[in-house]
Amino acid sequence: MSEIALVNSPNVGLDKTQKGGPYVNELSTLNLGPTHPATHGIFQNILTMDGETIVDAEQTVGYIHRAFEKIAERRPFYQITTLTDRMNYCSAPINNMGWHMTVEKLLGIEVPKRAQYMRVIMMELARLTDHIVCNSILAVDTGALTGFLYVYQWREFIYEIYEEMCGARLTTNMGRFGGMERDFTPVAIEKIQKLLKELPAALKEFEGLVMRNRIFMDRTQNVGGISAERALNYGFTGPNLRAAGVDYDVRSLNPYSSYEDFEFDVPVGTKGDTYDRFLVREEEMWQSLRIIQQAMDNLPEGPYHADAPHYYLPDKQDVYHNMEALIYHFKIVMGEIDAPVGEVYHSVEGGNGELGFHLVSDGGRTPYRLKFRRPGFIYYQAFPEMIKGTTLSDAIVTMSSMNVIAGELDT
Amino acid sequence: MNDKIIEALLAQFGEEGVYGIGESHGILQVTTEVENIVPMIHFLYAHPVFKFQFLTDLAGIHFPEAKGQELGVIYHLHSLENNVRLWIKAYAPIEAPNFPTITGLFATANWMEREAFDFYGIIFDGHPNLTRILNMDEMDYHPMRKEYPLEDATRHDKIDELFGR
Repeated sequence: MSEIALVNSPNVGLDKTQKGGPYVNELSTLNLGPTHPATHGIFQNILTMDGETIVDAEQTVGYIHRAFEKIAERRPFYQITTLTDRMNYCSAPINNMGWHMTVEKLLGIEVPKRAQYMRVIMMELARLTDHIVCNSILAVDTGALTGFLYVYQWREFIYEIYEEMCGARLTTNMGRFGGMERDFTPVAIEKIQKLLKELPAALKEFEGLVMRNRIFMDRTQNVGGISAERALNYGFTGPNLRAAGVDYDVRSLNPYSSYEDFEFDVPVGTKGDTYDRFLVREEEMWQSLRIIQQAMDNLPEGPYHADAPHYYLPDKQDVYHNMEALIYHFKIVMGEIDAPVGEVYHSVEGGNGELGFHLVSDGGRTPYRLKFRRPGFIYYQAFPEMIKGTTLSDAIVTMSSMNVIAGELDT
Repeated sequence: MNDKIIEALLAQFGEEGVYGIGESHGILQVTTEVENIVPMIHFLYAHPVFKFQFLTDLAGIHFPEAKGQELGVIYHLHSLENNVRLWIKAYAPIEAPNFPTITGLFATANWMEREAFDFYGIIFDGHPNLTRILNMDEMDYHPMRKEYPLEDATRHDKIDELFGR
């Protein structure tokens, strides 16, 4: 608790005659953050406390604002993919592919089936890492460290699959406009099969430790709840909205990248509290495994990228031995290729909600305007309403279960 | 569905209130006057069939060349029940970029409008707390406007002509 400093104690209603001692009506101000281990990111909350009860909260965000939307207006489309990595870094491939699909929509590129299935597999793996982080850290925040260790090694393992697919782990820059940059290697396939076989046991073990744990349930049930109506009014999406009982999932309502081919359930909660959010994420992990299994079983043969030489960065081998590939490589890397005029919005189901890209193109090499719809930015503003009247320790688990990622919120 | 929405909007607001009707990659878009924004969004929200009750996004935009209509706001509404998305656009001159707030209807518009204010200087009349959100409070300009170049203006090695652009 050393990070939490009592900065200001206004002597409100210092009435010594009142029962219960002289300080009974005193409100204190508590600075939670900007850097605090329990907020998982750089967020400041100035809390007004009455004893241990939160009376009011004021948020400050923007500590790691990096002007992505402004930078994007000077960058050719390929160079924007690396910006999307750094938004929700817990599930970077979803951001990458959401951006690629947005541009493909503008350019009118048809992506082959195999590439679409590969994307689905990588996106669901990313969703698994995202939910593993959120749920296991939520358990840590309530004092249960062991479960976290059981599942975290599988997040590490998924990062090894990323490495196999793109060479990077956290900021993946995975995929290209028109498909993937490489096909599944035998090692990647082997690793995904191993994950499908062995993650369920670890997940079950984690759930056995945490899900019906008396302490965990007491800490999370009826904590930080929000009604479906308020959640919709606040623009909630993703697991947080589904925990409140609304079955809005971009994957099923507006399927992209062949999600319509797969059978999966959209779990919903009833109360929208911390425990419901935990359960929804747990169930989504099982559904992700189900989707990956179906995609692996039915992985179509064929090319792993579209035939769109103007936009698909060619294979490095071709660049050295093929004149056309060299020319296109140069033009793409230098950003010499103009995009058509148009305005397009594409959204994907990110780790924590609807991640949207609103792209306005004036026919130049860079976007005229690019607006990221970041789910975290939109639902984090409901936080004060959700924690009013609860205690400080409840606020910590509420924030943890909302899965607010500073990088995504601040762009 | 899109035709029905246009029909209803035209009947309610007339041709001078709804123009620039189009569809872009499956998303319906209309342009309207600033004073029509709140009545139009309320009308679509309360409509028994359309039920545009989800505000997906709100984006500011700057067109320096469009004299008298430099600053724009794009409201992105989503009818979850019908699965229809709609962009409502409105423009105001840069000297008086005043828009009405829709925080009364959507709690989520609070930070979205603060973001548009922060980056474009769009004033949302009636907003409960119109302050900067991502940039620091001391900043005295609105950085997403097109007159602020991203790169150092003194650099001479990146002239577009040299690259055939």
